Amino acid sequence: MEHPWRKAIIVGASGGIGEQIALALAQSGCSVALVGRNEAALQRIATAVNRADSRLAFPIVHDVRDVDTVSAAFAQAVEALGGIDLIVYAAGVMPMIGPTEYDTDKDIEMIAVNFVGAVAWINLAAKRFERAEEGTIVGIGSVSGDRGRKGNPVYGATKAALENYLESLRNRLAPHGASVVTVKPGPVETSMAAPRGRLPGMISAQRAAALILRAARRKNVTAYIPWRWWLVSKIIRLIPSPIFRRLKI
Amino acid sequence: MTLPAERIERVEAWGMTTGGACYVYRPSTLEGVLEAVKEARRERRSIALKGGGNSYGDAFLNREQVVLDLSRMKRILSWDPNTGVICCEPGVTIEEVWRYAIEDGWWLPVVSGTARVTLGGALAANIHGKNNRKAGPIGEHVKEFTLLTADGEERTIVPLEDPDLFYAVIGGFGALGVITSVTMQLKRVHSGLLDVEAHVARNWAEALDKVAHLADAWDYAVGWIDGFPSGANSGRGVLHSARYLDECEDPHPEETLRVEAQQISDSVLGIPKRVLPRLMRPFTRPLGMRLINAMKFRAGRREAGHRFRQSLVAFNFLLDSIPNWKHAYRPAGLVQYQVFAPLDAAQQVFSEATRAAKEQGFPPFLCVLKRHRPDAFLLSHAVDGFSLAMDFRVHSLRWEAFRRLADEMTELTLSAGGRFYLAKDSVLRRGQFRQAVGAEALERFLALKASVDPEGLFWSEMWRRVVGEWTPLLPSAEHRADEREARETGADAEDIPKPFW
Repeated sequence: MEHPWRKAIIVGASGGIGEQIALALAQSGCSVALVGRNEAALQRIATAVNRADSRLAFPIVHDVRDVDTVSAAFAQAVEALGGIDLIVYAAGVMPMIGPTEYDTDKDIEMIAVNFVGAVAWINLAAKRFERAEEGTIVGIGSVSGDRGRKGNPVYGATKAALENYLESLRNRLAPHGASVVTVKPGPVETSMAAPRGRLPGMISAQRAAALILRAARRKNVTAYIPWRWWLVSKIIRLIPSPIFRRLKI
Repeated sequence: MTLPAERIERVEAWGMTTGGACYVYRPSTLEGVLEAVKEARRERRSIALKGGGNSYGDAFLNREQVVLDLSRMKRILSWDPNTGVICCEPGVTIEEVWRYAIEDGWWLPVVSGTARVTLGGALAANIHGKNNRKAGPIGEHVKEFTLLTADGEERTIVPLEDPDLFYAVIGGFGALGVITSVTMQLKRVHSGLLDVEAHVARNWAEALDKVAHLADAWDYAVGWIDGFPSGANSGRGVLHSARYLDECEDPHPEETLRVEAQQISDSVLGIPKRVLPRLMRPFTRPLGMRLINAMKFRAGRREAGHRFRQSLVAFNFLLDSIPNWKHAYRPAGLVQYQVFAPLDAAQQVFSEATRAAKEQGFPPFLCVLKRHRPDAFLLSHAVDGFSLAMDFRVHSLRWEAFRRLADEMTELTLSAGGRFYLAKDSVLRRGQFRQAVGAEALERFLALKASVDPEGLFWSEMWRRVVGEWTPLLPSAEHRADEREARETGADAEDIPKPFW
């Protein structure tokens, strides 16, 4: 499918949804900066994408928890691409949390990767897009962010925070011609979800990537991936708290 | 180190068809220019020069590279009211010059349809006016200019001493260096008014014949052509000729030469002109413009033979009479396509071009006809013949269809020995540009560039489009990545393949 973007940064490109988004973009001729921790995976994707006569993928090894180096990595990505018109923040972690577990280290890591890293990367893109009066920011939230679930309190909180942050940015940037898209996937077949086994309504990362890019083309929207999660989310939001706290979700 | 993000701005072609993020520097002094040049060179970015930003296409665009906006360099450095010789920095606009000089009885010998063009930009494009047949392009009235070349040296270019650079920099669209000052001869006028006469033409043959005769007999001649009719009415239009008043013809020159006497009203029938583009938007469609053109022709027919006096500003700066009139074309963009055709081929080229445009769904909303003569500038757009400037409303979704039409019109023009004006252009391709200016002239221009700017510091998107990439100073993303890899692995920089030159 043809996409309107020519130069994209994909943060969290070494696997899962990020990898599939990078592949889909590259397939339509878009240059992609592949940002991630796993150098071997990034090189593998770049090798799959690049041709002898055209280089579309530029791997950039970076740990999003290392906020101090985001600026340099962003500059490196922009330099390699010769500009940027899309950033997708797809990095995310969701460790298994037991029903009686309160592990602050795991929680801090989730906050660092899912939210702080997102703010560090997206802020730089937002500043640029505001001045350039164009550009698209895509952040990956989750249906988990819609209600406070007892299963993984901090994961849902990071996604809720991210969604709020993205909405604020959308309101800031819309008058300047840049767009901010929040996508909220349900369960997706990725290494992050693997420990939980096959979940109801699960879709492939490839399908999720295609739907996310379709939503991003619509500009300035919050989109559930796939759309049925919008209905599920509406229902979940309507459940009274005394009942919701009894549910095993 | 990279260029600061604070420098990023969206820079857009005047016609709104293209634009993007550029690193914009707006120096107010020569030192500021040098600093910007130094930063660009350090970061291995090319520099496109921008004045008033009135070029319709990509002449000053340079996405992800540096745009040096000279509009803040606007000091008038010297003025002699006895001789009419003025020396200005490049950011001084035509409007600022006429406002400064008119009360001393001087006017610019050549002006564009808008007074918002800077003198630096005017020289870069070698602008012409409605008096091109008589007065030539603006470059013919320049006594000298100073040029900052890529090596950081500022040199004074006088036509007799350095004709190669003089005739190449003027009309060279900023590819050879930064014009840092311009000294030019203004024209003595004895009145702030022009003597104007209206004429009507019923078809192409009549329009071309009348404009040719009027341009010979009068100082100015211009034709508005209705681009919509076919058959016998094709080429119909309203023509205007004008001449400067001789001494004593104006009984009150001290009044008409006052700046206030030149002011254009900022409202029409009580409606502020600034809101007109928005009100006009529903009419900037084929049907609406067909009606407007037909009404204008009918009104012009009644006006034919009428002789009247009009201020220099009102006659010359028609485009400024409605501020930001281009916004009437939104949400689409405005492409102006100006073809220059030799005398004997003009009728065929213009009639076939407008017919092709209509057939392919792009009727020209506004057509302007002018008479021209050749000049000595290296990349001159002028011919001994006529030009027809056509305004097209082009939506991004129909860009490819428009490109096909433009190719057809371009081939038609080239086969007739015609030329194009880069300040208006958005569509010429490499081979077409080479053919238009002539291979020999282009090679001479490129050789000159290689001698004064071998690294290709001064280059814009327009130059990339019509000539190609210049040097590794502006490498592709791929090349930059290779280079970075080479740095990281300690490979010799000389081993890096150079894409061009």
